[in-house]
Amino acid sequence: MDHTKTFFLDGQEIPFKEGQTVFDAAMTAGVYIPHLCHNPDYEPHSSCRLCTVIVNGRPFAACTQPAVAGQMIQNDTPELREMRRTLTQMLFVEGNHYCPACEKSGHCKLQATAYDLGLQDNHFPQFFPKREVDATHPDFVLDRDRCILCGHCVRVSRDVDRKCVFAMTHRGIKTEIVVDSPTGLLKDSQLTVEDEAANVCPVGALMLKRKGFQVPIGERPYDQAPIRVDSVKNFKVREERRHG
Amino acid sequence: MSRTLETAAQPADLKRVVIEPVTRVEGHGKVTILLDEANRIHQVRLHIVEFRGFEKFIQGRPYWEVPVMVQRLCGICPVSHHLAAGKAVDMLVGARKLTPPAEKLRRLLHVGQMLQSHALHFFHLSSPDLLFGFDSDVASRNVIGVIAAHPELAVQGVKLRKYGQEVIRHITGKRVHGVAAIPGGMNKALKVEERDLMLRDIGQVIEWSRAAVALSRQVFEASEEHRHHFGVFPSNFMSLAGPAGELEFYDGALRARDAQGTALFDQVDYTHYNRFIREEVKPWSYMKFPFIISEGSENGWYRVGPLARVNNCDSITTPLAEAERRSFREAAGGGMQHASLAYHWARMIEMLHAAEEIERLLNDPDILGTDLVTKGERALEGIGVIEAPRGTLFHHYRINEHDVIEKANLIVSTTNNNQAMNEAVRQVAARYLDGKTLTEGLLNHIEVAIRAYDPCLSCATHALGRMPLQVELVDAGGELVDRLVKDADGGLSCGEA
Repeated sequence: MDHTKTFFLDGQEIPFKEGQTVFDAAMTAGVYIPHLCHNPDYEPHSSCRLCTVIVNGRPFAACTQPAVAGQMIQNDTPELREMRRTLTQMLFVEGNHYCPACEKSGHCKLQATAYDLGLQDNHFPQFFPKREVDATHPDFVLDRDRCILCGHCVRVSRDVDRKCVFAMTHRGIKTEIVVDSPTGLLKDSQLTVEDEAANVCPVGALMLKRKGFQVPIGERPYDQAPIRVDSVKNFKVREERRHG
Repeated sequence: MSRTLETAAQPADLKRVVIEPVTRVEGHGKVTILLDEANRIHQVRLHIVEFRGFEKFIQGRPYWEVPVMVQRLCGICPVSHHLAAGKAVDMLVGARKLTPPAEKLRRLLHVGQMLQSHALHFFHLSSPDLLFGFDSDVASRNVIGVIAAHPELAVQGVKLRKYGQEVIRHITGKRVHGVAAIPGGMNKALKVEERDLMLRDIGQVIEWSRAAVALSRQVFEASEEHRHHFGVFPSNFMSLAGPAGELEFYDGALRARDAQGTALFDQVDYTHYNRFIREEVKPWSYMKFPFIISEGSENGWYRVGPLARVNNCDSITTPLAEAERRSFREAAGGGMQHASLAYHWARMIEMLHAAEEIERLLNDPDILGTDLVTKGERALEGIGVIEAPRGTLFHHYRINEHDVIEKANLIVSTTNNNQAMNEAVRQVAARYLDGKTLTEGLLNHIEVAIRAYDPCLSCATHALGRMPLQVELVDAGGELVDRLVKDADGGLSCGEA
């Protein structure tokens, strides 16, 4: 890659290639920017706003913000850390996230991000929403209690699998995942274990059945390395795979 | 086996004394006592007033979550819930017989749990009462007081518990609330270095356990009160037992004996438990009252836990613990031991067995095996029964065709001992409190009785004196006439409200 241009992230000079986002350039340079709705393998979504950075004094989502030469960008500041903590706390209280009994524990990006941000509590009152668990599919459980509305399953099912199994419905706090099937149940949808959408959920909302807890504590991804290390490492592996 | 003092004939005319809370750590309980004008006791009840609701809120959850979720019932013996649920879930995937490495790892995990829980129960929670006296100075009647007065003993207790927790950590990844049992087996093989680390200290652990048996026996036998009066009452006993009648913690079949030692049933497949055990509901307690169906609800209640297991079994498979069991039985004249405080002696015999069993399992080549999961024909109903440190523990689940829990029934050790603890509290209240003025020391007699059975209802009272306790004396008209308060700092105050 020909890195001829640079911007400054928390004072560190970051090279980038024309067309790269702030997020991609930072991660390529080994600088972690917290994120939940973004998966570098797919088009950015910029809905979780966790990757918000300050560009020339204004907030932007790093996952969609194109890098521009000479920009002064802030990422790891007390204000941004507090904002990210608050966003993460809000995700925890508006769903029903019970890490102690969740099979995604140790693999979960929400949990790992919370640890990274130093969440000590949820701060806000718990909403305790009543959400449906759909276990009708022979291979999957859709647990809406754990959904953070990142939209991964929606985008990947639509853009990669070309099936549109999932969609968002309603608005605001009532937004939820729905399934495209005659009954609205997963068992009557086109979802199969071969689908890429089957493996993209960053939390425990869409899970393969009968696989839970098979990886022992100590060997789960975020037991091995915190998310800021794991994310950068995986990003580099992906870049090497793509560009050689 | 009468229910004297359970229900007063004319409760409206009596004064009411309430001990609340007895605890707040793993359960929330209170004791109510009704007295007449002459302070004669007419009614005593132990109430478990906390509502946990696990049976309800695991409904709708996938079955493979259950062993991890239900262990949150307890912070002292989570492994027991994890394994009981694990056994039930094994049935759901058709794995009644695990691979040898998986079964031996589970057994190792379970005896590690037994060791740490029994050490905690005896040294941390109960030894202050036994070493200093039930009505000794409350300021030092706790584990810190034991450390000050008997430092070597206290350190042994702490290290014994730590060793058990390390066994748990090596297998589950955490000392408390780890994960090991998955449907049909275990999720991790034991590493050679982990086994060797545990083997390094096991000799010392066995020696300390032997000393603990000697101490518990000495304390029990030294007191005429302990042996013949304090919480001594006849009862049935129920436990699991192995095929040859041996002491069995992890598997085996159900055995019940009456107060004289006559078999009520034996070698009963635990999946048929509800043909032999039924639960009675009483309006004054959230906790049910199980009883042996053939004996009826009036006389069919029973005790579980160390006393029941050591009374019930015909042998113990490890030599040192077996020798101690024989001494225990001889001390009871070869019959059944009925003293509540003998629980501690039986508990230490079990701890010794657990230590010996850990050594045996660690030296078994299968313990390093990697063939850890098996499966069979799927079922919609699963039952797992295990001997938890405080007694027989039943987990029973039914799932639907979508793999989610439809119905759950848990009969935990404390529930099995519900009537027995009530009996103990009544007997102790009648003997030691009848007609007396309330003092913290006298009230502690009641807690000592509960503590013999279940530290889940007592540990907070030994939490460095930080357990708030409020006892109120209310006259027949409902007026508060006396109050004794132990505040969060352990200080006592009293006086009329």
